[in-house]
Amino acid sequence: MTASVAPVAGVHIAAGTWREDLRGVRVVWKRELLRFFRSRIRIVTSLAQPVLFLFILGTGLSPLVQGGEGSNFDFRTFMFPGVIAMTVLFTAIFSAVSIVWDREFGFLREMLVAPVRRGALVLGKCLGGATVATLQGVIMLALAGLVHVPYAPLLLLTLVAEMALTAFALTAFGVLLASRMQQVESFQVVMQFFVLPMFFLSGAVFPLSRLPGWLQVLTRLDPLTYAVDPMRRAVFAYVSPPASIQLVLDPGITWGGWRLPVLLEVAIVAVLGVLMLVTAVTQFSRAD
Amino acid sequence: MSVPVGVARPEVAAPPDGGPVPAIEVRDLHKRYGELEAVAGISFSVAPRETFGFLGPNGAGKSTTISMLCTLVRPSSGSARVAGFDAVAAPAEVRRRIGLVFQDTTLDDYLTAKENLRFHAELYGVPGSIVEDRIRQVLTMVELWDRRDHIVRTFSGGMKRRLEIARGLLHSPRVLFLDEPTIGLDPQTRSHIWAYIRELKRREEITIFMTTHYMDEAEFCDRIAIIDHGRVVAMGTPEELKASVGRDRVQIRTDDAEAAILALRERFEIEATVSEEMVTFHVPGGEQFVPQLFAGLGVPIRSVSVARPTLDDVFMTYTGRTIRDAEASTGDQMRSLPFVRAHRGR
Repeated sequence: MTASVAPVAGVHIAAGTWREDLRGVRVVWKRELLRFFRSRIRIVTSLAQPVLFLFILGTGLSPLVQGGEGSNFDFRTFMFPGVIAMTVLFTAIFSAVSIVWDREFGFLREMLVAPVRRGALVLGKCLGGATVATLQGVIMLALAGLVHVPYAPLLLLTLVAEMALTAFALTAFGVLLASRMQQVESFQVVMQFFVLPMFFLSGAVFPLSRLPGWLQVLTRLDPLTYAVDPMRRAVFAYVSPPASIQLVLDPGITWGGWRLPVLLEVAIVAVLGVLMLVTAVTQFSRAD
Repeated sequence: MSVPVGVARPEVAAPPDGGPVPAIEVRDLHKRYGELEAVAGISFSVAPRETFGFLGPNGAGKSTTISMLCTLVRPSSGSARVAGFDAVAAPAEVRRRIGLVFQDTTLDDYLTAKENLRFHAELYGVPGSIVEDRIRQVLTMVELWDRRDHIVRTFSGGMKRRLEIARGLLHSPRVLFLDEPTIGLDPQTRSHIWAYIRELKRREEITIFMTTHYMDEAEFCDRIAIIDHGRVVAMGTPEELKASVGRDRVQIRTDDAEAAILALRERFEIEATVSEEMVTFHVPGGEQFVPQLFAGLGVPIRSVSVARPTLDDVFMTYTGRTIRDAEASTGDQMRSLPFVRAHRGR
């Protein structure tokens, strides 16, 4: 294309340093937080849905799934990790997809012309979305006691860590989607064809045991399944339900009869998250 | 505020021969979008501290050129250097040295004016120790200091544009790009914006590259390039360009416009046009021509006016049409080009 850059090199102090990129990551991340804390209405409205699921749907379904034999295991305890995952899912995707709004209202351009690599901006966005989604999840976590989940420090810590990882992977996925979205209207498409199926297939609201074969396959294909299960296992380890209930409600994820260890599930989510991030960075780094 | 707070600016790259570095140097720049050649081989050079205007109808290739200079769009061929760096080979170096004010607003509506500026300062690495001073300085200049803690959503169009200008200056760029800085603003706000730009030229050592399709605004530029169909058709100072037209505009009012046009053609070999009962034509040395006109036209003249050529006449001379006609025919087709879509989400 164009030639001769040689004479100009070296006049300026190092170009495109990691310090600059780090600055880019930080400032984009900070903006996410600033906007999150600014819109209290958004915080409240995005809590409404999980609360409805947990206390209305959960309570309504409870009689159907009572374990019999006089056990009074609260079905909502089962739903709790699912509903936390739901909170993280919706907040993360919404946060990531806000890029499309930024594009529509021009702010994206302010970021894209800055002397910061695109990768740094994308990483900042993913970390910002992940932080916001985790915070939202932590707010839900506060309701644990109402559904007989103990406030054990180690359990809470595990859940927060798992939420953060899930939130990061989901935000990266959302950013990737957003890179392909040209208009705000596509958000509905994302909701209907990605977010809701992911939510329903993840085992967040019903156990993955005793499913017909086709549904079993679909649930195993849903990445969110591998994020919900570790959270559920963590919770069940602390509530110690009767064995019969444990068998039905916490069957874990099986691949042809082999039950996946938690570590593998977590690794799957982490690897997917990194893949999404790398792809999203590539998408945004393309020259026009 | 007598001593301006300056950001230590990255140096411009020195040219190999040691001469002065042009702020912008463009050579045979092209941009093609499929069949359409949006920019068809333009070359020009802008000196440091110059205010250079790109004048032309909508869709002439102004925004595409600015996008290439700002490293947002890759040229199809040719080269563009800004502050001594190649826009393709060293985009980051270019970006560090330029400020941008786009046609469409690029502010975060949900943040305050100050938060928008802080975001920008951090993104461009303005040292933390001077950020607050610098923010106060630029906000004071555009008279928005009082509104610093207001959410941008509550701002009027003119206030937003002023805030964008302030933001474009925050990191002390060498070159400030203004893409239609006054488009869509009312006349009063437009003249305000121009007052800020003039103030800015006085205070900061800065090169301004702007596009506009308002002829009257182009008058404020040191030099102008007139662009049409992706090509530079004329370039020079406003005075030079107007002088190059070589003819003054004469307008006469008569009772019989048709007869006057006929008489002008037959007796003076001048082609005239009529609009709103005014007969308009161009002649060299208009004032000297008026006595001849009265003596020889043979149609009673009720009033006459002679005007030096305007940039409108310049545009007309070089393109054969008025800028208004040019816009009517080109319409907004350029706005649906890929690069615009990529950034505006069409």
